[in-house]
Amino acid sequence: MKIGGKAVVVPGTNVDTDVLYPGIYLNIDDPELMKPYLFEGLDPALRDQLVGDTVLVVGENFGMGSSREHVPLAMKASGVRCVIGSSFARIFYRNCINLALPAVSCPAAAEAAKPGSQISIDAAAGKVSVDGKEFTAAPVPPFMLEMLERGGLIPWAQHKLAQA
Amino acid sequence: MGYTVAEKILLAHSDADHVEPGQVVMVRCDVVLANDVTGPIAFRQMEKMGTDKVFDRSKVVMVADHFAPAKDERSAILIKRLKDWSLEHGVAFYDQGRGGIEHTLIVQEGWVVPGSVIVGGDSHTCTHGALGAFSSGLGSTDIAFSLVFGEFWQAVPGTIQVTVSGEKGRFVTGKDVILTVIGQIGAGGGTDNVLEFVGPGVRALSIDERLAVSNLAVESGSETGIFPADETTAAYLDGRTDKPWEPVHSDPDASYARHIEVDFDRLEPLLAKPYNPENVVSVSEVAGTPIHQVVVGNCSNGTMTDLRQAAEMVKGKHVHERTRMIVVPATQKIYREALAEGLIDTLVEAGAAISTPTCGPCFGGHTGVLAPGENALSTINRNFKGRSGSPEASVYLGNAFVAGAAAVAGEIVDPAEVAS
Repeated sequence: MKIGGKAVVVPGTNVDTDVLYPGIYLNIDDPELMKPYLFEGLDPALRDQLVGDTVLVVGENFGMGSSREHVPLAMKASGVRCVIGSSFARIFYRNCINLALPAVSCPAAAEAAKPGSQISIDAAAGKVSVDGKEFTAAPVPPFMLEMLERGGLIPWAQHKLAQA
Repeated sequence: MGYTVAEKILLAHSDADHVEPGQVVMVRCDVVLANDVTGPIAFRQMEKMGTDKVFDRSKVVMVADHFAPAKDERSAILIKRLKDWSLEHGVAFYDQGRGGIEHTLIVQEGWVVPGSVIVGGDSHTCTHGALGAFSSGLGSTDIAFSLVFGEFWQAVPGTIQVTVSGEKGRFVTGKDVILTVIGQIGAGGGTDNVLEFVGPGVRALSIDERLAVSNLAVESGSETGIFPADETTAAYLDGRTDKPWEPVHSDPDASYARHIEVDFDRLEPLLAKPYNPENVVSVSEVAGTPIHQVVVGNCSNGTMTDLRQAAEMVKGKHVHERTRMIVVPATQKIYREALAEGLIDTLVEAGAAISTPTCGPCFGGHTGVLAPGENALSTINRNFKGRSGSPEASVYLGNAFVAGAAAVAGEIVDPAEVAS
């Protein structure tokens, strides 16, 4: 799958899900209503940069902490098409894959990206392009790639139910 | 090559004939757990999947604990949705006044046995490794899938073996064991791995203390922290569960990602400083820091063992005038047991506020939210910026002796000083 957008850089390492979406707003279950609280504990101004298709550029161990799916749900609802970074916390990573939001590990590309950079990714080929410069990403394992290509865990489940 | 405990459990719960780290397998679950925050989103995702059918209603548990008792109308609606859905589907539902904090609760109620697979829509589902289970915290879409199919996708993790040795000190607890590990490997050091706790020092840890150890495994990025079942586990489960179980141990020739040692002889009470659980220091390094709120409770340290430790520190003394102390028994049963043992009276007499079981003060939801500039010493598991209220507040994580001592002193202090 090939996707892309304009870079929004989220600075720092070990950015946790509490700052990405504070606990006080967890009593919201509609993704559209989660959007105003994304990045609330980190830098609310980051929300204003989410215009059109965007690619989040993040640091090491991004999304550590809670299992709250509010984070990737709010990201998707806000136009985030992909997250590239050094490494991801386990639950955040699988939440992204389940929602067909590719989380791609490519430290060199994340390093090269600046706010507003044009980024495109080809998850199957393991390629990330930042302002025309090509980088090789860590390969997305076949299972995760299939999940992304199917559109995430919900279509996967629909397919499985149709087969049964 | 032999298998680790985690690999053995995953192999037994999948159709694979061999497992190795990194391999993705579909894993059958014995318990699917969710709460008032993650359950309702899972139900929405099930609707999108186009089904309302649960794979096996006897394996599903729903617990109202995060915003319970409902702090506002929006929270009340989520709790009502959780309850209505549970009743409609005939699954176990623990309401306020009948249950408690999900992880302590389902262990107490005999849902968790060694060798089983527990998935939960809550990152602290890792707690159940304390009983020798493979347990995994998942998001709501994963929970929706697990509710429908009774399985989830899993990349087989590597195993980090933690060997515990030595004699446990007077005010040292399981909390200090896991803080040591987190401090050593860092907040992301366990990613793609589980922790496995072995060695002679493990015998000094009761199930209550093991729950705290496994509960904070996720704070090192690890999927869970497994204590292979032993006599302590068997004694705890005797009369508590009717589920059949067998202990699972790693093979002598199993392959490990890494080995770590924790030596009780060299361990003193520890704290994790803001804003990351990996910022581990000894209590003495931060002694004198003023403390405005103490919380004893949460899915890591709200057990009888913790309440006893806190009560011992405050018995016959008063909570410092600078400080408020909030004690949250993790379950209704623990609350009653603490009442019967006189612990609640001791705590109330000292000036502590006792709360009904809830997750509220840990995640900054309600009943114990911090103001800007306040410092808290809590027995909880996370001290992220804004975790328990204002982003300008600070949370220190420690054991219940350290928390009780700080409540009396109004500042961070060595529990030995308060006890003497």
